[in-house]
Formats: sequence, structure tokens, C-alpha cells
Amino acid sequence: MKTICFYFQIHQPFRLKRYRFFDIGNDHYYYDDFQNEEIIHRIAERCYLPANKTMLEMIKSSGGKFKVSFSISGMALEQMEIYTPEVIDSFKELAATGNVEFLSETYAHSLASLGDPAEFKHQVEKQEDKIQTLFGVRPKVFRNTELIYSDDISELVYGMGYRGMLTEGAKHILGWKSPNYVYSSMVESNLKLLLKNDRFSEDLSDRFANYNWSEYPLTADKYIRWIADTPESEQVINLFMNYEVLGSLHPAETGIFEFFKALPRFAAEKGISFSTPSEVFALMKPVDSISVAYPISWVDEERDCSSWIGNTLQQEAFRKLNEICGRVRLSQTRRIRQDWYYLQSSDHFYYMSTKHLGTGFSPYDNPYDAFNNYMNVLSDFIVRVKAEFPETIENEELNSLLTTIKNQGEEIESLHKEIDRLKRREKVEKKEKTALK
Amino acid sequence: MKALMFGWEFPPHILGGLGTASYGLTRGMALQPDMDITFCIPKPWGDEDQSFLKIVGMNNVPIVWRDVNMDYVRNRLSKVMDPQKYFDFRNHIYADFSYRHVNDLGCLEFSGRYPDNLLEEINNYSIVAGVVARTEQYDIIHAHDWLTYPAGIHAKNVSGKPLVVHVHATDYDRSRGSVNPSVYAIEKNGMDNADHIITVSNLTRLTVIEKYHQDPAKVTTVHNAVEPLDPEILSIPDKKGVKDKIVTFLGRITMQKGPEYFVEAAAKVLAKSPHTRFVMAGSGDMMNQMIQLAAKRDISDRFHFTGFMKGKQVYEVFKASDVYVMPSVSEPFGISPLEAMQCGVPSIISKQSGCAEILNYAVKVDYWDIEALADAMYSIITYPALHKFLQEEGKKEVDNIKWEYAGQKIRRIYDTLVNK
Repeated sequence: MKTICFYFQIHQPFRLKRYRFFDIGNDHYYYDDFQNEEIIHRIAERCYLPANKTMLEMIKSSGGKFKVSFSISGMALEQMEIYTPEVIDSFKELAATGNVEFLSETYAHSLASLGDPAEFKHQVEKQEDKIQTLFGVRPKVFRNTELIYSDDISELVYGMGYRGMLTEGAKHILGWKSPNYVYSSMVESNLKLLLKNDRFSEDLSDRFANYNWSEYPLTADKYIRWIADTPESEQVINLFMNYEVLGSLHPAETGIFEFFKALPRFAAEKGISFSTPSEVFALMKPVDSISVAYPISWVDEERDCSSWIGNTLQQEAFRKLNEICGRVRLSQTRRIRQDWYYLQSSDHFYYMSTKHLGTGFSPYDNPYDAFNNYMNVLSDFIVRVKAEFPETIENEELNSLLTTIKNQGEEIESLHKEIDRLKRREKVEKKEKTALK
Repeated sequence: MKALMFGWEFPPHILGGLGTASYGLTRGMALQPDMDITFCIPKPWGDEDQSFLKIVGMNNVPIVWRDVNMDYVRNRLSKVMDPQKYFDFRNHIYADFSYRHVNDLGCLEFSGRYPDNLLEEINNYSIVAGVVARTEQYDIIHAHDWLTYPAGIHAKNVSGKPLVVHVHATDYDRSRGSVNPSVYAIEKNGMDNADHIITVSNLTRLTVIEKYHQDPAKVTTVHNAVEPLDPEILSIPDKKGVKDKIVTFLGRITMQKGPEYFVEAAAKVLAKSPHTRFVMAGSGDMMNQMIQLAAKRDISDRFHFTGFMKGKQVYEVFKASDVYVMPSVSEPFGISPLEAMQCGVPSIISKQSGCAEILNYAVKVDYWDIEALADAMYSIITYPALHKFLQEEGKKEVDNIKWEYAGQKIRRIYDTLVNK
């Protein structure tokens, strides 16, 4: 029996304000609150809230047969907490149905998987904690920022305890193979993979509202029929897309919500079920392993990482960011840790890309402005990090010094406790002695 | 002595050195009690300082007769021009230009900048100059920069008065030898028809003699100078937020100004002295290339681009700087190092710039010598004694470079021509 596995990505970065050379050293607040608030309000109204409502309806109308999975980046969760807490409430409602799975990713929706492995691990843990705090479950399946995947990344993810991961069904990786099966990683045979079905996912994310498409208008029964018509042996259809497809990319007028609402009915008619990734991994075995030497993603025609680290500017910025990784982790200041996450969002690098000049959303006029602004902010950030501890001390030395200080602190504390205990015993003995007298 | 001057920019709406030089020169000359200057620019904004000269906007001079009355003209023009002058000009329209695209007052539009149709605007400017030349009274014509040479020639033909052309820059310089033929033609024509040619440096004088084939006796150098700073500007505080030393490049980011040498030298300095920051202030066609180059040399965290700085912002950048660098490949004069030295910032200039001829207390290097440039930058930021020396002596030297002296030299040239 075929099953459809829906996955939606939700992310919003903390966008930077205009930060000039003279601000370096003087102004330590980097974010454009007005723009960020405005954007998340707009998207919550147009997309998150009505889409969540639609999902809930679909779960109810299908009698609990409809399943869906989300990954919400820590950045997006923080913004929702600040500006639109009603969205968090509506996700909690969805979580309560038991038909929704939350996946894990990097807290900052960052490129740490391509940079520093320790930072990557740290961010994933932070994301797991956040999901647990808000929704009461700890994620079991992983999906990396923008579905970036490679053999090295699969090793890291497996090392963190995950047994299942989502990624892109890129043509240059699959070749003649179909994405409608479960696969495993070539280097970690126990890590199962679900690959996005490009054609069906993009029918919804790209072509749904395009009048010039030969299949316009796409109706739910036609879509389900296509899925049902895939070969018998292909058991899982992976539909992965950005949640903004519902309402933001395709506004409500295109009929996208009605389309979704009709899906469970037609799927039931054709005997197609819905599953969460965990359920798929539990039921199906991998049919083959795939090897990915160079990182892939779900972005652009190339399905690689050139949108983020393709040109010299991006590589330079990414390099400078990773250079202070270790130092930041030694810092105890909360503001620095917070800014550190915000500065790592992949969006900052995306805006520096020279690949999509003219298309795509960017708060900057051109990639050079994006680079300039980001580097100014990063310069100020580096100044703050370096100001914490003297620059002459290397990270390892610093680390060992801090550990020594911590250990000594703990020792002193336990010695104090011992002294208190002995004092109390002495007091008690004295009392007994005087009583005996 | 009445002078009719043709220019293209005037402060506060300036785009480069031409506006600054025009202002300084006319201010300096106005100190002579019997000097009367009429200065024509394509598009005045109304906020120019007219206390020492009269500004005529070429976009308010009619070339086609329009039947309008005083009130209408006053409504339209009173902010920028005396309405009566409009009618004086109108009475001197000399040919039928009604086929031209003119506005309701019979005037041509000008952008006031350097648009794509620059040659067309230059031609229009010279047409309007014909009306002005026939209306105004003057003893001598002075055309600033190649854009106004056709206008100057036209005025000379109309009035028979001597023409002085002021070469602020040559296309030969700007293009490093591969001139634009139309621009070269205008420049040469202007120089051929002039009674005298003034250049802003000996460097430019040699270019004019050798590349434009002019008679050396006809060419004189009058070096540019710098306006003394307002106390308000002098008291601008150092606004930078970091303790690092700041090395600044301020100017158009284009081939002529040698920005790539600055970036390369910066990379060398940072290898030795990592607590330095480099600022490239300004904009231009090579800005994106420079951002790429800085990224390639791995110095983007210490190399900052500020974009175009207007008016007071320029001085804010100077006040925050420890060194000013002008590695120009070929600079006719270069007023910005003087402005920097006025703010107490030691300057490093290329030997191929005009101001090197008159500055003694600035460090001079060949523009292509990145090692020397890096060395100079390093020593000024590392040795406080050198910094102090250049700062003090430089300021003294520059305070003595006055537009008044330049104005006097020009007056002597005028006197020779008028009394011939």
C-alpha cells in the first residue's frame, strides 16, 4: 500500500539592520526589528495560521489517517515566541493530535554541517531541547538545513544517535533510480534516508498556480491519480516543501488550501495512506545505498551548496565565521551566544549570492551590500568575543585554564560542604557532652 | 575686471573635485576688490552661496521666445534667478531654436550631473552660452574643464574677448592613454582656440604640451589649493568605536585612483600589524571588484566599505582616520589629501599626482610600488613620532596653500591677456 510522507520546512531568520563602519565598536544591536516583526506577522497571517487550521481539519476529516511532519528552526520559534505566540499555540494543538512529527535540525538553520562539526552537534542538541520544551517530544528523525546532505554529514548525524534522515532526491545522485523508496547511506548503512520526490513536490511548490502549465489547474483527484499511477513497487512518495507554499508562495486565492483539504478523501479512495517519517522508517527497509561525495541541497537547478558558499565573498564570510567558533563556545556571556546563533543563519549567505540577481527575496539591493553589511556586523561581533579573553591566549590553553578554574571551584564547594558537615557534627557532639555532664 | 566663467558643478551639490576647485578658485579671486565674476552652471539648486559671485543657471536661460509675463516668470524662477535677467536674456536670442525640445519658458533642461547623453548636454550648454555671451558684459572668458570648452569658444567668437581654458583633468589621464575620440576632440579644440591655458599641475601641463600639442608659452600651471576649515568641522569628534588604527582611502573607486594597489598594500600591512582597519570610502565602477579582491586576500573582516560620503560625512571619516592614502595612477591635482592634512591626518600620495608637486610633508610613493606603500602605511601607524611630525607639519603647510594666491596668479594672466 502506497503512502505519502509530507514534510514542511518552517524558518525565518533574524534579519540585520543597516550597520555602518562607524557602528563597529559602538552599536552592539544588529537586528532590524521592524522588518522582522512585519514579515513574521504577515507570514503568520497568510500562511502559518490558516495552513495549521487546514492541517487540523484534514486530520479530523480523515479520522486521524492524515499524518504530517514539520521542522521549525530555533530561529523561527524564537521569533514566534516574541511576535506571534498564537502560532506556537496552534502548533501545540497539532502536536496534541498525535498525527504530527517534529524533526530535528540545526538551531540556527545554519551551515555548521559544512563548517565546524562540534558547532553542528551543539546546535542540533539545542534544537532538540527547544522542541522538547515547547512540544514535549524529542525529535527522532533528522533533516539538515535546506536538506543539505553528504556522506560526511551522514556520519556526523549517525554519530548523534539518529537512525533516519531526510534529504533531496537530486537527479545527479539518483541517476535512473526512483526517489520513491527508502535508501541508506553508503558510509553508514544503518542510517536510513528518505529522498524528496522532485516532480510531485514541485508540482505543488512551483507549478501549482502557474497558468502556463499544461496541467493547470491541478485538482486533488488528478494529483492523487498521478501518485496512484506510479509503479506498484514504489511504496513511499516523499513530498517535501517549504510551509510557505500554503498561503504565502501561493496565496489563498489560488485555492491551495482547498486542494489540501480534498487530498485525504481522494487518497483514501485510491487506498493511499499518509505517514510520518518515523513510521516509514519503521515499516520499510532500504532497497539500496546512495553515496554523495559533495554536499547536495534542495535549492536551484544544481541542487548543491553554491547558493551559500559558491562565490569568493560567501567563502570569505563563512571562513571568518568559522574561525571564531571555538572562542565563542568558551564565552559565558548570554548576549554573545544569542548573537552567535542569529549570525549563523544560512539566509545571510544566501543574500550574498550572485546566482540569482534580480529574482528571489533579499532585503539588500545587491549581494555586495549584503556582504558589506554582514562583515561589518561580524567585525563588531569578533571585537566583542575577543574582548572577553585576552587574544594572546590560544583556545586550547584557555579551555584548559577555564576547566581548571571550574574544577577548583567545584572542589572548593565540596570542601565547604565537608567543613559545614564537620562543624555541625562537632556542635552535636558538644551538646551531647554537656547534656551528659 | 569682469569675468564670465563657465563651469559644471558648484557646491553644495558636487560630484567630485571640479566643484570644490570651482568654489575655491572663485572665492579666492573674489578677494580681489575689483573682481566681478559671473559663473554659469547647467543646473543650480538655489542653495548655492552667491555672496561673492553671480550664478547663472543655463537651464533658466531661454533660447526660444516665449510670450510670458513678469509674474509668471517670478513664480517659476524667483528662487534661483532674478526674473528681470530672464527678460534680458530673452532679448538676446540669436537664432531659431524652436525645433529643440524646450520647456514652457523656452529653456533647455540639464541634469546637472554626468548623464549618458553628456555630449548632447555639452552641445546644448554651448547653445545657451551664445545667449549669455551676447547679454552679459565681461572682459574675459574662463572655461572650466572640457565640458565647457565649446561654450567658451562660442562666447569668444561672439564677443571677441580673450578665452582662458582651465584644464582640471584630461581624458588622456583618465583613460591611461586610450582616449575617447569625441572627448579628445573637444579638449584639443578648446585648447587650440584658447588664448591661454591654465593647468592645475605641472604634470597636467606636460600632458597638455606633449599629448595635445600646445605651445608651452601658452600653458601656465596654477596649482589648486584648499578652503580653510570651518570651526564646526574642526571640532567634529573621532566617532570610531574601535581601538584599531584606521587607514583610509577616500575618492572615486575607479581605475584612475588606483584602488587595487590600496587593497594589496592593506593585505601586506595586515600580515604584519593585525590590529589595523582599512576603510574605502566612496563609490565607483570598481567598487564590487574591490570587495571581491578584499575577500580574495582574506582581509574582509578588517576592510570596510562605507559607500559615497556626502559633505560633513567626509570630515567624519577623516577625523576617525590615522592615515590617508591616495594611490592615484594619474591625478591632475588631487584636493583630498590636502583636506585630510587639514584635519590632521598624515597623507601618503602617489608621485604621479599633481599635489605631490607642492606638498613637502606628505609621504610620496610610486603608485605601483605596493611594498613602499605598505611600508609607509606601517611606519605611520607604528611610530607615533612620525605620525605626530607629519600631522603637525602637514597642517602648517596646507594652511598656507590658499586659493587667494592661486586667484592672484590667475588675475595676472587675465591682466596680460586683456591688455594685449
